[in-house]
Amino acid sequence: MAKFSKKKVNRRKVEASGEGPEQVVRDPGEQHEGLNEADGHVSEEQEEDEEEEQEDEEEEEDGGGDKDERRRQKLLEAINALGGKRQKKLGERSEAAVLMSEFTINAEGEGERVDLSDLIGTVEKNRAVPAKTRKQLKNLQQSKRTVECPLSKQETERIQRDVSFQKAASEVSRWKGIIRQNQRAEQLVFPLNQEPAGPKPMERVVSGWKAQTPLEQEVFALLTANKQPVHDPILTPTEEASLRAMSLEEAKIRRAELQKARVLQSYYEAKARRERKIKSKKYHKVHNKAKRKEFLKQFDEMVKTDPATALEELDKMQTARMQERMSLKHQNSGKWARSKALLAKYDEDARKAMQQQLEVNKELTQKLVTSLNNEQEEEEEEEEEAGHPELMPDFVNDAERGLDSSNPWMRGKLSEEPTESERCGSLDLTEEASGVGGGTAEEEEEGEEEEEGEGKEEEALLREFDQRRKLRQVQEADTGPVLSVDDDEGMVEEDEAAAEEEEQLSEFTSLFQEMANSRRDVMAEQAEAAPDTSVQLEEGRRRICTVEDVELLSQEEVAPDEAPVQPQLPPATENMLSAPQKTGKNRKRKRGIELKEVLTTEAKVLRIPLAPTVEDTEESDGKLDQRGLIKEAFAGDDIISDFLRDKRNQEDAGKPKVVDLTLPGWGEWGGGGVKPSRNKRRRFRVKTAPPPPRKDQHLPTVIISEKRNSSISLHQVNSLPFPFESHTQFQSTVRSPMGRTWNTERMVKKITKPKVVTQLGAIIKPMAREELMKDASNNSSVDSLRRKH
Amino acid sequence: MASPGKASVSDSHVGKKKKPPARYWQEETDGEKKGAEDGGRAAEEEPRTQKPKQEEHQREGKRFISGKSDPFPGPAPIPEDRLQKFKRKEKTKKHRRQHYKLRDIITRSEEASEMAQKQAARFDILLPEDAGFLEGDEEEDTYTISQEDIADAVDITSGAKYFNLKLSQFGPYRVDYSKTGRHLLLGGRRGHVACVDWQSKQLMCEINVMESINDVKWLHSETMYAVAQKKWLHIYDSNGIELHCIRKFNDVLRMQFLPYHFLLATASASSFLKYLDVSVGKEVTAICTKTGRLDVMCQNPHNAIIHLGHPNGTVTLWSPNQKEALVKMLCHQGGVRSVTVDKSGTYMVTSGMDKKLKVYDIRALKPLQSYFLPAGASCLSLSQRGLLSATTGDVVQVYKDVCNTPVTKPYMAHRVRGTAWGLSFCPFEDVLGVGHGDGFTSMLVPGAGEPNFDGLDANPYRSAKQRQEWEVKALLEKIQPELISLDPCELGQVDQATFQQRHQDRVQALGFDPLAKEKFVPKYKKKGRSSTGNVEKRKRQVAHEDQRDIIKQTVEDKMKMEKERKNREKKKAKLSGSRSALDRFKN
Repeated sequence: MAKFSKKKVNRRKVEASGEGPEQVVRDPGEQHEGLNEADGHVSEEQEEDEEEEQEDEEEEEDGGGDKDERRRQKLLEAINALGGKRQKKLGERSEAAVLMSEFTINAEGEGERVDLSDLIGTVEKNRAVPAKTRKQLKNLQQSKRTVECPLSKQETERIQRDVSFQKAASEVSRWKGIIRQNQRAEQLVFPLNQEPAGPKPMERVVSGWKAQTPLEQEVFALLTANKQPVHDPILTPTEEASLRAMSLEEAKIRRAELQKARVLQSYYEAKARRERKIKSKKYHKVHNKAKRKEFLKQFDEMVKTDPATALEELDKMQTARMQERMSLKHQNSGKWARSKALLAKYDEDARKAMQQQLEVNKELTQKLVTSLNNEQEEEEEEEEEAGHPELMPDFVNDAERGLDSSNPWMRGKLSEEPTESERCGSLDLTEEASGVGGGTAEEEEEGEEEEEGEGKEEEALLREFDQRRKLRQVQEADTGPVLSVDDDEGMVEEDEAAAEEEEQLSEFTSLFQEMANSRRDVMAEQAEAAPDTSVQLEEGRRRICTVEDVELLSQEEVAPDEAPVQPQLPPATENMLSAPQKTGKNRKRKRGIELKEVLTTEAKVLRIPLAPTVEDTEESDGKLDQRGLIKEAFAGDDIISDFLRDKRNQEDAGKPKVVDLTLPGWGEWGGGGVKPSRNKRRRFRVKTAPPPPRKDQHLPTVIISEKRNSSISLHQVNSLPFPFESHTQFQSTVRSPMGRTWNTERMVKKITKPKVVTQLGAIIKPMAREELMKDASNNSSVDSLRRKH
Repeated sequence: MASPGKASVSDSHVGKKKKPPARYWQEETDGEKKGAEDGGRAAEEEPRTQKPKQEEHQREGKRFISGKSDPFPGPAPIPEDRLQKFKRKEKTKKHRRQHYKLRDIITRSEEASEMAQKQAARFDILLPEDAGFLEGDEEEDTYTISQEDIADAVDITSGAKYFNLKLSQFGPYRVDYSKTGRHLLLGGRRGHVACVDWQSKQLMCEINVMESINDVKWLHSETMYAVAQKKWLHIYDSNGIELHCIRKFNDVLRMQFLPYHFLLATASASSFLKYLDVSVGKEVTAICTKTGRLDVMCQNPHNAIIHLGHPNGTVTLWSPNQKEALVKMLCHQGGVRSVTVDKSGTYMVTSGMDKKLKVYDIRALKPLQSYFLPAGASCLSLSQRGLLSATTGDVVQVYKDVCNTPVTKPYMAHRVRGTAWGLSFCPFEDVLGVGHGDGFTSMLVPGAGEPNFDGLDANPYRSAKQRQEWEVKALLEKIQPELISLDPCELGQVDQATFQQRHQDRVQALGFDPLAKEKFVPKYKKKGRSSTGNVEKRKRQVAHEDQRDIIKQTVEDKMKMEKERKNREKKKAKLSGSRSALDRFKN
């Protein structure tokens, strides 16, 4: 097509030069046609062209004599031949016509075609044609630009394919909604368009019925009196139709809204993306600055209007500031900064950049001064003056105030003024440290920390000694650690019987001591744990604090030395608060392990109104009875120890064994009396991961088997079914039973509803186009429902 | 079935006083009169009435066409506690990003379970019977009220439920009530067996097995019962005809019947715990407990776990699926004398030689209460509503609320003739049966039995036909013994075992590893071609065959990938179309 049309255009140009503008006007129209309407028109066009040529020839025949005619024909042929391919000669034609002339002359206007120009002529005369179209036509006529060459055949075909595909896709995608709806439906009933179940109005069932008998009449009278519908339709068909239409409209509106929202979102996203992509640092700098300023302005307003949120914001800012201060960002310590530092001597820009960085840092770490903050500080100052030392002014340490009883830092701050000498000493120490450290702040800190560490160690040692002494005392008091705890707990005086039992249990207790030896150590440590952990905590705290404020350190220094000697008032009170918690914790832990307590809990004595006259003589022979008696007498002798042993065995069996893979003689000397070296043994010992904690680890009197119940696992689901993401989801969906034993009949029917119901004998036709319209309204409602969930 | 919608409609009519319905004959004259009067107007009025009706209809929603407003809108409220009663586990949290299918499934199941809960709570109203307890006057202890007084005070039929059977000849009796509570089985130590329809006092059969009897138990219905005799386990029908003598079960001391599994669990003197499937008559498992004589036994009705008490003070829990005890707990410092578990499977009560009575929370395996009984309790039994009966010698005591609150005195007490040997509460009746040395005593214990029975499960008033129907149904719904586990909901959980573990289980079940590679054994060839050297050579030919396969596969894959990559590149180059002059030397 491409070639052909090109040629055609060529020819047209030639002709146009002779014949005037009319032909040129025609072309764009044609071309449009060729573009828009596909293949079908191509052949048509071809025909047209042929006809035109014929016309020309004929005209010329009419005009001149024979010679001229022949020449002209030749010329034309030559011109045609210039075009290339088409050398088809157009000979004379004999056509079947009603009026045949012998001179091959046709009736006038017979073979002529109506030109566009002819029509345009009439258009201008006609008044009914709007001015706009007239103008357009004029423009068309006047424009003299050449026509663009039409697309190639392949391309037009491709375009056509695309267009037709889009059409088809849109056609098909209209079904998408209903198909999805059907897929997701809880139950599908086929055939699809059934009449709705339920009572139908009488008119639809029976036609030409009238109330005749008095009873019927009376019923109808009653109905009318009560405004019940007599003459059914609750809605007239037109009304129903209008309702349906409304719903469709609504759906459309809704869809439009959604579309708009989506579009807006996409605009916004695009904008954001574009902005984010901007690489200019300057832009971002300015942007950020503007943002910050605006935020500050807002914040000031917020302080006035909404102090609570303002406080939150302030908190956020503070944390941001803290982070900035903690991090090395903008501190000129990065790789970039170092490289700049090298250059800084010679390069003005580098110096500037570094300066800027520092400025940024300064800006970010600047404390924010707002009216809110000021107020707070004022309040705090007041409080301090009023003598509430517990309410510390320091903002950062707010959270820990109540809990950190043994924090010497806090203590140091809250304590009465340390004695002069101590203070001097501490000052000396700091001075020394600073002297050693060479004056830089960091080193100073480090030195101080070390010293503190020493102090801590001493303290810890002292405490340990104290603890040990106490433990020894407790053991000397002959009740053993376990029982001592009981005493502590205030297990009120036990009956004589219980005491006897205890004596009987002495063996057990000794055994238990043995067993729990290691545990006791741990417990002792736990008893110690309070100070120990506090030590650790202190250290952790301090590290953070020291970075923040160095000037407080001197006071801190004093605290640990003081603490053991004379516990100061405020920490003491705090200890009072926190101590029960800690001890309570410890006790709980102990209670978990204590077997004895479980067995000898206070038993309430039950009254028996009637004393049994007959003793238990279930076993007729006396021997058994005697045995029972003996058993009773020595009850609890070995029972507990046996049980404990049993439990320990079970625990040991569950533990993974260490596999020793050392081969003697490999890599070193072997032989009689030569053991493989420890190093080697260590390297070849394979340790397996410890098993998960036993289920009975907190139940001293219970052994729970850890064996897997493989018989039930055959019936269990062992891989998660498709849409589920976690087993809890699946388990929750199968948690309620379905059977009639647990549910009401209606529920059972609802739960066990079949997915597809087909009416017996009914033909299930493919979905008709009407379904689409019907479901449009439903769909929107379903969508809204889904959105709710 | 009252749907919520219907309920609301009916509610709306409850509050109002209605006029008595007009009668046909009364209205006759009025109607005529009105008809004559309104004759002309009727036609005019009709359209007028039509309009407001429609308006109302649109305003009100489609419920009340009559235009009356609903005084109790919405479905009838359900009390919170009743809803709580039917609750099954918590909802899971909703995640924001879920697959739409998953979301649908979850919402649907949540909806269904919620509705089921609500419906069940709504229908709970249909259980009309209420339980009551004996209440004494001020400062009067209820245990001082004697059985005779109670029997006199109550109605005749209830009073008839207190009776004594004097059977002093054949020694202390074991007692068992059938699941419906209609039938009573008595087994005397010296061989006397009797089954009685105890409410009508009709003797069904009475035999003497001429052997000592250790225990008697009804099977699934009142037509069959099992008797643990001196040597073997026997099964008789209700006419006293011996149906089976099961020699696999010897020296049985105690028995328990698991009604939903059709399993008869027996504990023997030789420390064997055996399960007999009575529906097919096969032994399911035999577990050697290795703990000596097993004469204390009970079942947990909640999960069908068997509890055994041992002379070393421990109580062990068993299921037929595991050869070792699921749980072993040390309960007493002396031997365990009796164990019992309540209906909901929450509490276990034990008594021991140390004269203590202990209550455990059997789900958490933790002790709750501990009591000291001066004489110790030899038999224990828990009723359906949580009353505990304990016997000390010849005194039977009943305690109320032992599990939750500490009690100091019994609810009821009664002295029987001889030492009590068997003790059992009758299901669905306020009756406690005590078998003792001098026969049997049926005691009245108000508030013991569950007042509402499930007619499809255990119907005390069922006919023979109904029983047959039930039997078929129960057999169809029989639960397999493999499903017995400590947590009855375990079946609904996802098995999270690793593949390795599962494979191990499979190997154990099959006895061989189905995935294991067969070891290559060279074929024996004659004419000296199976010399050791030759055999070794042949072995080496196939050695590492699988590994070779894998390597070959990977190499092939690699080649293929490479080829594909090259193809792709070539295509790309072609598409880009820029062919330089030097490209002709490629390929």
